[in-house]
Amino acid sequence: MENATQHSDPHYDQEASKLGMWLFIFTELLLFGGLFLVYSIYRFLNPEAFRLAGEELNLTIGAINTVILLVSSMTIAMSTSALQKKNKGLTIFLLEVTIMLALIFLINKYFEWGVKFDHGIWPGSQHLINDMSKGEILFFGLYFVMTGLHALHIIVGMIIIIVALNKVQKGTVHADRPSLLENAGLYWHLVDLIWIFLFPLFYLIH
Amino acid sequence: MEKEKHHIVPYKVYFYILIALITLTFMSIGITKINLGGYSVLGAMIFSTIKSVLVLTWFMHLKFDQPLIRFMVGFVALLFFAITFITFLDYYFR
Amino acid sequence: MQTAAQIPQEVSYLDYKGKYKGIFAWIFSTDHKRISLLYLYSMMTMFTIGVLLGLAMKLELIAPGRTIMGPQSYNAVFTVHGVIMIFMIVIPGLPAVFGNFMLPIMIGAKDVAFPKVNLLSWYFYVLGAILVISSVLFGNGIPDTGWTFYAPYSFKTGTNLLPAIFGAFVLGFSSILTGLNFIVTIHRMRAPGMTWFKMPLFPWSLYGTAWIQLLATPVVGITLVLVALERIFGIGVFDPTLGGDPVLYQHLFWIYSHPAVYVMILPAMGAISEIIPTFSQKHIFGYKAIIASTLAIAFVGYFVWGHHMFTSGMSGTAQYTFSLLTFIVAIPSAIKVFNWISTMHKASINPDIPFLWAVTFIFVFMIGGFSGLVLGALATNVYVHDTAFVVAHFHFIVFGGVGFSFFGAIHYWYPKMFGRMYDKAWAKMGWAFFTVGFLTLYSPMFYLGMMGMPRRYYDYLPEFHAANILSSLGSWVMAFGLLIIVINLFRSAKNGAIAPINPWNGKTLEWTVPSPPPVENFDEIPVYGEKDGPYNY
Repeated sequence: MENATQHSDPHYDQEASKLGMWLFIFTELLLFGGLFLVYSIYRFLNPEAFRLAGEELNLTIGAINTVILLVSSMTIAMSTSALQKKNKGLTIFLLEVTIMLALIFLINKYFEWGVKFDHGIWPGSQHLINDMSKGEILFFGLYFVMTGLHALHIIVGMIIIIVALNKVQKGTVHADRPSLLENAGLYWHLVDLIWIFLFPLFYLIH
Repeated sequence: MEKEKHHIVPYKVYFYILIALITLTFMSIGITKINLGGYSVLGAMIFSTIKSVLVLTWFMHLKFDQPLIRFMVGFVALLFFAITFITFLDYYFR
Repeated sequence: MQTAAQIPQEVSYLDYKGKYKGIFAWIFSTDHKRISLLYLYSMMTMFTIGVLLGLAMKLELIAPGRTIMGPQSYNAVFTVHGVIMIFMIVIPGLPAVFGNFMLPIMIGAKDVAFPKVNLLSWYFYVLGAILVISSVLFGNGIPDTGWTFYAPYSFKTGTNLLPAIFGAFVLGFSSILTGLNFIVTIHRMRAPGMTWFKMPLFPWSLYGTAWIQLLATPVVGITLVLVALERIFGIGVFDPTLGGDPVLYQHLFWIYSHPAVYVMILPAMGAISEIIPTFSQKHIFGYKAIIASTLAIAFVGYFVWGHHMFTSGMSGTAQYTFSLLTFIVAIPSAIKVFNWISTMHKASINPDIPFLWAVTFIFVFMIGGFSGLVLGALATNVYVHDTAFVVAHFHFIVFGGVGFSFFGAIHYWYPKMFGRMYDKAWAKMGWAFFTVGFLTLYSPMFYLGMMGMPRRYYDYLPEFHAANILSSLGSWVMAFGLLIIVINLFRSAKNGAIAPINPWNGKTLEWTVPSPPPVENFDEIPVYGEKDGPYNY
């Protein structure tokens, strides 16, 4: 069995903290996994409708948002290195950039959804039910649920990163006690991972 | 593992991974121009899988962590695929 | 092996006075032993409600036609009965009470890995319970969909479903956090020298269970969210008029709810694997085989969910795949039964109360298991699906399995938990009444199901009357047995004889600490040497 790392605080077990975070990530993977399962069944059953509906989405915004999240993953990963190099200023700067990028993602999403609403497309809307085929209804139902749940996780992630930032500033999270920041990073990468699969499934159907 | 504490990933490694991820993203957009028919989903998923392996391995530190966690991640992925596969045994053969 | 040599003058966890006073010393406590009792008391409260609902159903069914309630009320009663019993009793079940109490001690630790998360788990349990109760007390009608919430009725019913769904979701969170905590605890906090294969079987069973709690529960979580969204927004995922497939709901629901039954039974089997060696005063037969079986059940159990859906319209390929896998998953359970019986072979049996429960567990579990094979075979399933046969099957295997094991475990670990011994004569009487009542209540249902009586109906054909009378009488005998058991345990907590440290001559670590244990369990963390291990008789 692995030995607990030596720490001044006998109750602090960094490996346990990391393992716990990974286990939580598994639950999130299965949570979204259920939605991906639903998506894959309905896409299998309605290939043409999904293709048609997919063309309503704005590929450019989707691609920009993808790049934004990828960059934000890099910045938060870099912040963990900065913390270990005891470079507090750089750590904080990188976390602030991450939060900014997350905010831009959310703003893009807000506009994207706004456009849909303007076109009369939302779950249960008359236009959706009356004018679209069943496959298209399913596509948009899944689109709103999956990107909506994902956006919720972005918000939660932002809060977690803000808390981590705060504790780095205060000095309670530091090179010898990095777990909170590292776990915040893991959560953020998870959010990125989900989008890595969401993007092609909704925006790249041709 | 003590290894983790001593090994600090250099910033430029993270940067190179980002470049790879962005490149793969644009490649995945590019291949939609090619008509792959039923295999277009597979193509997109292959790109996503490669990207996620990069994120897991470097950004999420799996490369430098104890093998146990890598094993668990693999197990969870396999479980999800098995469940998806079995569900398709219903829909594909109806 | 070094242990706490002298009984320390430390205060027991029951009497310990810390920062908080009165009830707050309990509901703010992060001590795994206090949390275990918080679960025990809240679960007993919900169990009482669940039992009363069950008795109400049996009273309705004592005669054909309307007896005490009409069909709408009956639907509500079996729905709430199911939601309470499944989500609040048998799923938290042994892990919440005995896992919390015994896991750290059995592996030589002072607490679980994340004590505050442990308390949070209990808070989620209470919140979930409150939400479910609120669905009964408020709104447009008590949920009437069955605990399975099948689409499309679950998004069409006018009853107050959302709080119930939300409650089940929150209870799922409680389960996930418990599983997460136990996995990290077992990985990181075993005592020095306690390798994986020196860990006792109850912790092993909790480990397998924890992985199921962790990985399966999120699937029902998202499914419930989708039902809620379907109700509120009409997204269409399960609505055939909008392109959705109600059978897909069933897939998603059972992808969790089948592994959930292994969450129920694995710790129950784990407790039996502790009781039998102790009361046989003999090393368990096939220790590694039981571990392998535990992990095999946990793993294969993910892939059999379709056997709840044979008549739903699935493809033939899916049907026979699920049937085959269902038969395969029965094998490791059979291995365990064989090992328990082999342990007892030529052993020096101590037929005390926990042993009685363990033996009757094996009996009812086997009946439940065999009836599961009848259901798992396609040809016979078509005939008995949605009949009283199914009701008999799952009560034998779930209530029989988890129930008998829970009672065995409480009578086994009671002296350790409370420092007192219960009255054995009353305990034996409670066991006898409960067992006779249980068999009388559920056995006729096998017959009734085969004769064609449907489940979830408040009425039935006259030819089913006699068997129903017998069954309902059984429910009263069983309830009487429950009363004796509970009152005995309650009274003995105050009046029982002071319990020794190791009343049963057990060989696992919990029997080396005082009864009841001090707050941090051990004076010094024990160290396992080469020759140490559980069941070293």
